[in-house]
Amino acid sequence: MSAQSDGLGVGAASELYQNVTCPFCGLLCDDLEISRTGSALKVVKNGCPRSAAGFERALPAAKPLVDGKEVSLEAAIAAAAARIKAAKLPLYGGMATDVDGARAVLSLADRSCGVVDHALSEGQYRNIKVVQTSGWITSTLTETRNRADLIVIVGSDVHKLHGRFFERIVCARQSMFDDVVKKRTVIFIGEGLDTSAATGPRVGEVITLSCPNTRLTELLGVISARVRGAHLEATRTAEPKRGLLSSLLPHSWTASTPSEEIAGVKLSAVDAVVEKIKAAHYGVMVWSPPGLNFPQADLAVHLICEIVKELNVTTRSAGLSLGGNEGSPSAASVATWQTGYPLRISYANGKPEYDSYRYSIGRMIAQNEGDLLLWLASFTTDLGPPATRIPTVVLGTPGLRLAKQPAVFIPVGTPGIDHAGIMIRCDNVVSLPMKNLGRSQLPPAADVLAAIEKAL
Amino acid sequence: MMIKLTGGKVYDPANKVDGEVRDIYVADGRIIVPAPEARVDEEYDLKGRVVMAGAIDPHTHIGGGKVTIARMLLPEDHAKDEVAHTELTRAGTGHACPSTLVTGYRYAEMGYTACFEPAMLPANARQAHLEMGDTPLVDKGAFAMLGSDDFMLRQLAQKHDFSLVKDYIAWTMHASQAIAVKVVNPGGISAFKFNQRKLDLDEKHAYYGITPRDIIVTLARGLLELGVTHPLHIHGCNLGIPGNVETTLATIRAAEGLPIHLTHIQFHSYGVGGDRHFDSGAVRIAELLKQNPNVSIDVGQVLFGATCTASGDSMRQYNGAKNADPKRWVVMDIECDAGCGVVPFRYRDKSYVHALMWAIGLETFLLCEDPWRIFLTTDHPNGAPFYTYPHLIRLLMDRSFRKDMMQKVHPDALKNSTLPSLEREYSLYEIAIMTRAGPARSLGLKDRGHLGVGACADITVYADDADREAMFKTPKLVFKNGELVVRDGRVVKVVQGATHVARPEYDKAIEKPLKDYFDSYHTMRMENFKLSDEEIIEGGRGEIIVQPTKARVS
Repeated sequence: MSAQSDGLGVGAASELYQNVTCPFCGLLCDDLEISRTGSALKVVKNGCPRSAAGFERALPAAKPLVDGKEVSLEAAIAAAAARIKAAKLPLYGGMATDVDGARAVLSLADRSCGVVDHALSEGQYRNIKVVQTSGWITSTLTETRNRADLIVIVGSDVHKLHGRFFERIVCARQSMFDDVVKKRTVIFIGEGLDTSAATGPRVGEVITLSCPNTRLTELLGVISARVRGAHLEATRTAEPKRGLLSSLLPHSWTASTPSEEIAGVKLSAVDAVVEKIKAAHYGVMVWSPPGLNFPQADLAVHLICEIVKELNVTTRSAGLSLGGNEGSPSAASVATWQTGYPLRISYANGKPEYDSYRYSIGRMIAQNEGDLLLWLASFTTDLGPPATRIPTVVLGTPGLRLAKQPAVFIPVGTPGIDHAGIMIRCDNVVSLPMKNLGRSQLPPAADVLAAIEKAL
Repeated sequence: MMIKLTGGKVYDPANKVDGEVRDIYVADGRIIVPAPEARVDEEYDLKGRVVMAGAIDPHTHIGGGKVTIARMLLPEDHAKDEVAHTELTRAGTGHACPSTLVTGYRYAEMGYTACFEPAMLPANARQAHLEMGDTPLVDKGAFAMLGSDDFMLRQLAQKHDFSLVKDYIAWTMHASQAIAVKVVNPGGISAFKFNQRKLDLDEKHAYYGITPRDIIVTLARGLLELGVTHPLHIHGCNLGIPGNVETTLATIRAAEGLPIHLTHIQFHSYGVGGDRHFDSGAVRIAELLKQNPNVSIDVGQVLFGATCTASGDSMRQYNGAKNADPKRWVVMDIECDAGCGVVPFRYRDKSYVHALMWAIGLETFLLCEDPWRIFLTTDHPNGAPFYTYPHLIRLLMDRSFRKDMMQKVHPDALKNSTLPSLEREYSLYEIAIMTRAGPARSLGLKDRGHLGVGACADITVYADDADREAMFKTPKLVFKNGELVVRDGRVVKVVQGATHVARPEYDKAIEKPLKDYFDSYHTMRMENFKLSDEEIIEGGRGEIIVQPTKARVS
């Protein structure tokens, strides 16, 4: 194992790779064509801005560092192990890696009695909280692509977050059921969402309900009520009665707002959308958790899922959560199958202990809990560790943004570029093989973590 | 190194050994006949002990998306059963849907050395194998789910040439690394996507226009002609619906003599008699089974307590969601391939319905005379978690214990079942058939489930305790591939089991239309859909064993 980003990995000086899986967003598109010349990659086919930025980034030279000084990989591993050994409560954050990397983090955390969490857990927990309180009915990418006759995009700028979602899913040229699903209606709910991609022969009507995300929960509450056939007049009293609706409508739907509007949307427009949703044969409500970036956004996800459940009493409908960047579904799934808990687990007592608030590493860092942070970020350079006073061991892709010099830095490969691996897609069903494109000889994080564990 | 297991009472039905005192020699992971001059390196005195092959669970949900959804759904259920790491073993959690590592440890600690995941969605196969790869100590294998996938339903609707259908079945087994094929609510998972809420055996799918009967017969004949040893594994229509015994009887007849396996038949044995219009159909099923030697079953016994049901049957699970306890559940439509539903559930002995389900399962065990055609399962975790097997074995082996347990359940349930009148007690030999020799033969595991020369040295040694629950709960010794892995019911060494697959022949030309199909409609390339051997075994995760298939017919 060597940890140098210069020098070629495998194979010839140049090569063309097909059916390449892109690790840079949760969709894990696997139809990319990538060429490599030396260590330079180019997206030849089926790219998007995010994949181009990820694959085509020039990889800076990077060497293992201990206290800022270049050392051998072995010395860096020994230094990392020594820090972990000395720590009372090591925190294993970031977790931006593939399945094998997640397995290795959990194994090391288990052995060293640490805490594990993923950098993007805040978004993922908007979903997990819903699963763990009320559950949901969901769809997957192929199911939606072929069967949806109506797609509602909720509160997330999906086109910006997932550059090929519209091309591959919403506007797909062919579907298995062209004879029954001819056109699909696309509805956007939110503010400033890029609707430009909802176009082409597959797309029928496009409707937008413009509403700021801070008031999304209100609007979803009303949609939910209307889908259930509730008469909103019943709640239009100066003193809202305690109950489902009033709790969902914190400050607007009272006698003091007698206009036929909710969160800035005309009630008639809401009702028109509700009629379409109810009439659809397979309406899919889509959101991307990072897009729902406001306090208690899990309540918005909950409402989406309750709307879907209600629709299923008479027709078929499903939710579809996107997101899943930086290997977050891989981390959450591996943690769940290996421990029973999705993330935010502490092994401090030898057993896995789960608390989605207490073991949020973001919160722990902010409140000075833990005495060592091991941060793993193997995909994008943006995912640097949070500012902290405790010493940090970073396993990162070369060029990773670091606010300060970590105690130990070990450059690691990117799954699907520098080494092979497996990752799990945002729908938590499909997992995909990641190819070694031979860009460098950077080691897989899993190998480095295993070596650290061995050195404990 | 040679190990000698001396003087145990051996129950090895595959070799017709019924409690004879025998010595067993093991070298290089196999059971051997030692050369006359060979030196014994290690000897275990097993006088008075009971020796069997390692047990095999032919139907247990241990890996794949729906199991992990079930794990995620109920953190409070895990919190009651957290397991600390030791020098040897990793931390994890247990109860209804234990973590992968704990699953492996606990199966081994119960004397099991092989487990088969029966509902692997081809679209989710990679993850199912990843999870099984993280399940130590036991051999694994999985059944590919077909019959609600668009490609097959389209083939049937368009009346494609049967050899193409067989090519597709075989291709899917290769691509998903399966050992067998299962059909779940045939066509019904797909029908639910088209808003059908029920699909009876002869009811047409609203879009494809074909019936569950068409699907069952096609798959059953296809597997037979492909030479796959395990017959079509059928989770029938109408799971859980009173009166579904009629569907089950009709399904047996629909097979027209083709080999089939009806899984968790307890959930499909409900009549509509009695004051409550819900009674046992077990007697009728057992009668028809007697006349149809082409049919094998496993029971899916219900045992009382909290569990979580996890199934590919999204249609029936959605229907069952109204009874979720606690009130949270997940249903998924998956990749125009399949679906799933996860619903937590609590079986209560004072509930008439639940007590009757319990009684029907036991009736089925006791009424079916041929232990080679009935396998011991709870459909983990659907009827109960797998840890309850020792209790179930005692219920079958110990009549007075069974009668004691009957005192605790809703009395009316017993009136609508023949259970109180059944005096049968299973013998150790029959238990060994039902938990070892039978599943091995049915799955086509050549060198598993028996103790003959050349067999893999997966061996379990029990104390001959009159309390059969205690006996089967805590084996004295368990050997995996000839290595001692469990002593007195505790793991003493962690090894990796193998993954068993079957690879029937197919014409590679099927990949041309399949590739077009994937490229046109799927969000995954055909090339990436296929799961390689390396992906399963990398990182020291055991080996792949290709079990033989018979020559393909046409």
